[in-house]
Amino acid sequence: MAVTAVAGVGARPTPRLRRLEDERWLAMALLFPTALLLGLFIAYPFIEGVLLSLTSQRVGIPGKWVGLDNFVKVWNDSIFRTSVWNTFWYTAVTTVFKLALGLWLALLLNRHFRGKAIVRAFILLPFIIPTVLSTFAWKWMFDPTFSVINWALFHMGIITQRINWLGDPDLAMTSIIVVNIWRGVPFFAISLLAGLQTISPELNEAAAIDGARPWKRFWYVTWPLLLPVTMVVMLFSVIQTFADFQLVYVMTGGGPANATHLFATYAYQIGIGTGLLSEGAAISLAMFPFLFLIVVVQLLYIRRVETR
Amino acid sequence: MAEVTLSKLNKFFDTTHVVKDVDLQIRDKEFMVFVGPSGCGKTTTLRMIAGLEAVSSGDIRIEDNLVNEVPPMDRDIAMVFQNYALYPHMSVASNMAFGLKMRKFPRDQIEERIKRAATILGIENLLARKPRQLSGGQRQRVALGRAIVRDPKVFLFDEPLSNLDAKLRVQMRVELKKLHERLAVTSIYVTHDQVEAMTLGDRVVVMKDGWVQQVGEPLELYNQPANRFVAGFIGSPAMNFAEVTLADQGGKVVAEAQGLRIVLPDELAARARTKMNGAGTPATLGIRPEDLHVAGAADSADHCFDVNVEVVEQLGSEILLDSRVGSALMVASIDPAVKVRAHDKLRLALKPERLHLFDPQTEMAY
Repeated sequence: MAVTAVAGVGARPTPRLRRLEDERWLAMALLFPTALLLGLFIAYPFIEGVLLSLTSQRVGIPGKWVGLDNFVKVWNDSIFRTSVWNTFWYTAVTTVFKLALGLWLALLLNRHFRGKAIVRAFILLPFIIPTVLSTFAWKWMFDPTFSVINWALFHMGIITQRINWLGDPDLAMTSIIVVNIWRGVPFFAISLLAGLQTISPELNEAAAIDGARPWKRFWYVTWPLLLPVTMVVMLFSVIQTFADFQLVYVMTGGGPANATHLFATYAYQIGIGTGLLSEGAAISLAMFPFLFLIVVVQLLYIRRVETR
Repeated sequence: MAEVTLSKLNKFFDTTHVVKDVDLQIRDKEFMVFVGPSGCGKTTTLRMIAGLEAVSSGDIRIEDNLVNEVPPMDRDIAMVFQNYALYPHMSVASNMAFGLKMRKFPRDQIEERIKRAATILGIENLLARKPRQLSGGQRQRVALGRAIVRDPKVFLFDEPLSNLDAKLRVQMRVELKKLHERLAVTSIYVTHDQVEAMTLGDRVVVMKDGWVQQVGEPLELYNQPANRFVAGFIGSPAMNFAEVTLADQGGKVVAEAQGLRIVLPDELAARARTKMNGAGTPATLGIRPEDLHVAGAADSADHCFDVNVEVVEQLGSEILLDSRVGSALMVASIDPAVKVRAHDKLRLALKPERLHLFDPQTEMAY
């Protein structure tokens, strides 16, 4: 009877299809497209990059195997060392400010007030505008001749002569940091706001009844519960900031006098600008161990926080 | 002494008026229950007492101190939330310690209080666990523990048992009652379950649409409901209502409807007479299912009526009959030994002294 019932449903699946009933085969079949894409667009270029960095290839010259020569050369390059320091400084300062300002905005937006939806949408603007466009606007604001910032400061009587924002090495770095913070705060604010909204308001009420003042409620209840989200947001932000390119490229191009180069812009300048392909690849790859370490540390921390 | 006094208390959410002119005196050590259907304003009233919701107008006093503008942390109250609101990142012990830590109690005293509360609630072996490792009933105990370690002036309970399964709810209800007897602290308890209200409350406040309908001891609400809403809300199964007309017949007041002719007892008749204007005054007759029984030889015809049985619900300890008299539906709780089937015709008798009459317009009791 059972046999007739099965036969009645339709044609039996072919033996090849039946093999998918085994979960190991099914898993492989389902994973294949992803593995193919990852291999083609991530693993392959990465390995090619590593191989490239071990040769003396330039534009037009195939080059030959030189081992770690490029890395030794880069290590002794003072501009590279400046770039490393810049990248760490840039990432650290912007992340601290983005977190602080983003958290503050998120806490404000988590309250009830009129026009909340509109404000939330506006907060996202710096994040939505293509970076190159908004950076050009900032460049214009920092322009020594046309700077609206100088104009405002001058008319408020704070300064008496023009400030050359992007011409001075320290000011240029600060300016870039300001723009990066401006661009990155919305991502922190919206992500942290989403995190805040998963925290039941009853917990805050319970803490209030338990005698905790607002600051203590934040410190003992809100912050520990928000920490997993905060760590993930920080992870994304650190990776992006560490490998940032567009902003510096548009604002200063790494200048003045190579003072604002980051890993990515210096790698681009050497590899594409100067045509030293293998050396540029070596600079890019030098970023990898740092980034890898940061990510591993943060992921371990996130796991610890989440299983708490 | 911790009395809680509400006077002319009102709450508006924008233009919605959710709590209306609530006047209430909750006595020291009293267990007061707010009961009513959802949206009746009972939880909002509790949250105003807690300080979690601003008062629109009126006064709240705790121990004669006006607390309208006092923030929750300075009111010396403890609250148990419907969803327990345990801090998920803290252990059970830390959850219970939090309120004491915030009030800067010395460490040894905190530990002693936690130990005592844990013993009372039987959760000594759970102190190191996180809330997510606990069952619903255990979380409920921890929430209670967090409230009692504080030794507050007033306990507030916001539907604390509604997330528990039926069996556990009955068990926790008993424990809450014992706990209150032991601690003797003024308690305010919000529920939509009239059984909880009846069993737990020293007194019960019935609310509907933001208005207080009646305040009284549980039996007072059961025996002398102030209006039709309270009569229908308190008691399970609910009171039966029939639309009748009252007429004076030979010195007796008679309530009549299709298939129904009941002679009112003298006391009720006297009260009804004050409302009657000529023959055929409309009224709503109320009788509880447990005050009906199958008519026997001893029952006077004045208090009997014939019904068509529609559904028989055999509960073991009693039978619930869903039956029809004319257009009125009557539920009767009868002796489980009686043999009865659906579509039977049956003669029921009522206890005349247990009849209720309500004004059909105002719904107030006669």
